[in-house]
Amino acid sequence: MSDKITKAGRHVSQDEGLIFEKSSPGKRGMELPPLDVPPADAAKALGAGYVRAGVEGFPEVSEIEVVRHFTRISTWNYAIDYGMYPLGSCTMKYNPRVNEFVARLEGIADEHPYQPVDLSQGCLRILKTLEDILKEVTGMDAVTLQPAAGAQGELTGLLLIRAYLESQGNPRKKVLIPDSAHGTNPATAVIAGYAVENVKSDANGGIDMARLAEIVNADVAALMITNPNTLGIFERNIGEIAKILHAKGALLYMDGANMNALAGIARPGDFGVDVMHLNLHKTFSTPHGGGGPGAGPVAMKKILGPFMPTPVVIEKEGKLAYDYNRPKSIGRVKAFYGNFGVLVRALAYALAYGPGMRQASEDAVLNANYIRKKLEDVYELPYKLPCMHEVVFSDSRQKKNGVSTMDIAKRLIDYGFHPYTTAFPLIVHGALMIEPTESESKEECDQFIAAMRSIAEESATNPELVKTAPHTTRVGRLDEVTAARKPILRWKP
Amino acid sequence: MRYLPKSDSERREMLRAIGFDNFEKLFQAIPEAFRLKRPLAVPGPLSEMEIIEYFRGRAAENSRGYTSFLGAGVYHHHRSVVADALLQRGEFLTSYTPYQAEISQGTLQAIFEFQTLMCQLTGQEVANASMYDGSTALTEAVLMAERLTGRQRVLIAHSVHPEYRQVLNTYAKNTGLRVEEFGFSASGQLAIDAVRKAANDEVAAVVVQSPNFFGVLEQIPALAEIARGCGALLVVGITEAVSLGIARPPADADIIAMEAQSFGLPPSYGGPYAGVIATKEKFVRQMPGRLAGQTTDHQGRRGFCLTLATREQHIRREKATSNICTNQALCALAATIHLCLLGKQGLREQAEQNVAKSQFALAQLETIAGVRRAFSGPVFNEFVMEFPRSVKMINAQLLKNKIVGPMALGRFYPELTKRGLVCVTETTTREEITRLVEGIDRALKVPV
Repeated sequence: MSDKITKAGRHVSQDEGLIFEKSSPGKRGMELPPLDVPPADAAKALGAGYVRAGVEGFPEVSEIEVVRHFTRISTWNYAIDYGMYPLGSCTMKYNPRVNEFVARLEGIADEHPYQPVDLSQGCLRILKTLEDILKEVTGMDAVTLQPAAGAQGELTGLLLIRAYLESQGNPRKKVLIPDSAHGTNPATAVIAGYAVENVKSDANGGIDMARLAEIVNADVAALMITNPNTLGIFERNIGEIAKILHAKGALLYMDGANMNALAGIARPGDFGVDVMHLNLHKTFSTPHGGGGPGAGPVAMKKILGPFMPTPVVIEKEGKLAYDYNRPKSIGRVKAFYGNFGVLVRALAYALAYGPGMRQASEDAVLNANYIRKKLEDVYELPYKLPCMHEVVFSDSRQKKNGVSTMDIAKRLIDYGFHPYTTAFPLIVHGALMIEPTESESKEECDQFIAAMRSIAEESATNPELVKTAPHTTRVGRLDEVTAARKPILRWKP
Repeated sequence: MRYLPKSDSERREMLRAIGFDNFEKLFQAIPEAFRLKRPLAVPGPLSEMEIIEYFRGRAAENSRGYTSFLGAGVYHHHRSVVADALLQRGEFLTSYTPYQAEISQGTLQAIFEFQTLMCQLTGQEVANASMYDGSTALTEAVLMAERLTGRQRVLIAHSVHPEYRQVLNTYAKNTGLRVEEFGFSASGQLAIDAVRKAANDEVAAVVVQSPNFFGVLEQIPALAEIARGCGALLVVGITEAVSLGIARPPADADIIAMEAQSFGLPPSYGGPYAGVIATKEKFVRQMPGRLAGQTTDHQGRRGFCLTLATREQHIRREKATSNICTNQALCALAATIHLCLLGKQGLREQAEQNVAKSQFALAQLETIAGVRRAFSGPVFNEFVMEFPRSVKMINAQLLKNKIVGPMALGRFYPELTKRGLVCVTETTTREEITRLVEGIDRALKVPV
């Protein structure tokens, strides 16, 4: 099998305990300059009842031990910097290093959110420029940058819809969500005070138009749609969908998780969407960092503008400022002005491409279609419509030998790739959801295809090998059942 | 384009393999009328050199070269270059949420260490692996209390960070929560008697922040007693986490909602930071956010995986404890590395220096005629001073000396005119404090 593995592995043989297990009294990894004012007696300054002893069990280690510890455990992670990360709907693209550099500049990283606006013109200009770019990319009239991530963007969007409908006299009762949607959509609708009604997909994986026309009534506040949807399929009827909703006074929300297929190609504002969020940690390349931070700006049509979270950046005679006086605003969704450092990185990405963002979308769609073509003879393609930036197969052929999508995913690890998204969307039984992004070369795509074809063959000839994968990692499959049944959530001495 | 790894001939080769004769075919699913027929009207493309030049230009329009005495939820503390170098390793920076445990052990182990550090600091039994920030952590903590008690009345201190309260109100509006605010006494602490009087069997949570927005430490044990007395939960927000190096942790609280920005994260004009929720073990199944747990693989080797996911949106959808998905993992990692470097002694020393410097600054400011301390309660590294003139006027003078002075409280508390919030940390030098004191003294002497 080693002749099939053409990519470098990770540093899997190194063992490394917990940092607490290296601790010894008196060691330290950081020193402060000597105090230049008289020392204060804490018990006197704060009052004895307010003072604690040292933090029990806190680590005591030297600088080199900290460096080695985190370097060693880092090598147990896969990363985009190693290779393709084909997680569907997650858009794991290259994270340019210059974005990291500029976010750390003195004058950017050290700025305090409450410093005078006159001393923040650079920060405000960054916010304003990014807003303008996102407006143009989405074809919308206004943008708020405050939401911290996609899910908070969704909530902001629904609160905008709610406030708008309230201003029309009735906030309405429910939000329609297709069964192919991300889990955040229904979870968000509930926090926004709406009941969720699921909409079944049709045989092609799109919205069932007849059904939609039936269920949209005066109780429906909005439809939350992902376009392209989680099958990677563009909703052909999107214009019609918008019309059905608008005719009944409901609005169209778009989950922008899959915007990487559309930037520079088509604009949601042009196809009837009223409000949408973007995931800057997907489409705009800010690093996932093992799960965040992200940013979830919300772009909207004019009618929703008055309800935006405060404050709003405004420009008067070339000077930027904040407008807090917005009586119709839904209020704040987060302290300060959003995940500014993430917004800086996203702007750096947008500036690097300019109008060339279109080429990135085109390459992302090219890669997905190429992989689809080269794998469709060995993996079942449940929905046959043309795909955009991602392709969804099912494990139905491999299942005959007892091999599931999760097994194939785990086996991919042995071939030097991160798994694709497994078992999602829910409408495909045993889904393999593959999104290569534009960051993959033809060579990387070919290696991935070869690995997937090889696993398909193994599933037929040696299913056990696949079912017990991975075989090359530091730890094997973990006992998640015990982890949940008897949770150990912290180290104890 | 330098980020795109394909030549035109490779693109054409791939297109041919798909069976398409032109690139437009890739977008055949998009109705013709909806395709953008012109290039995007956006700035760029820029080379790496131009990008750096652009952001240096913006940086020059900000506050570089000014000395700041701002805190109010965002603190200037020393950040180690070691932590920043480590978290920029591609394996941390460019990895995804650790759902695939076998190739995410680095992130998972670091999260487990983060959870442990947060428990040790707060005196709580379990801590999650980050919320967006302190403001949303506080809101989620209140929603958690609502689920745990089945009640909807919330008693919150007026001295909780104003923007945190605004966020809570935004979320409360559509969930039926009734939020009532309670004022502060001459000490700057929550007026406990009023809360005691209001406490009844409809109260889900009593919510305070300590140190509060005025920098004053709250009386946690007394508040815990009131909450317990009426079957409510005590939620304690913390914006200045370094205070936990010396201040008694709110161990008797039921839920802690903390902002961890002080642990090695740059102010970065308001984010990204890392919110944390810490609580009792018995409440864990109602806690939002990700959790890493220790377990073993088939060979009995120790490993870590995300756990108790049945609370989360990707499993439970509309029945989830929260809609949070992407969180602030890299910021939590920064805090983890920072705290490991700082260690037990370092954190104590840092906290002691913050107390010493604030006590010094307080005493020096009190020597100015007409300037006095506004609240008598115990403070950590922030405090409110009362001035004989408007803080705005004083700050206008200080800016001429490149000092960003006290934050005028009138912005959030119209009743607190002529009061300013001053923050000093271990990064503030004695010389800077002296310059502030002299600057204020001079400002007060400028003829009106």
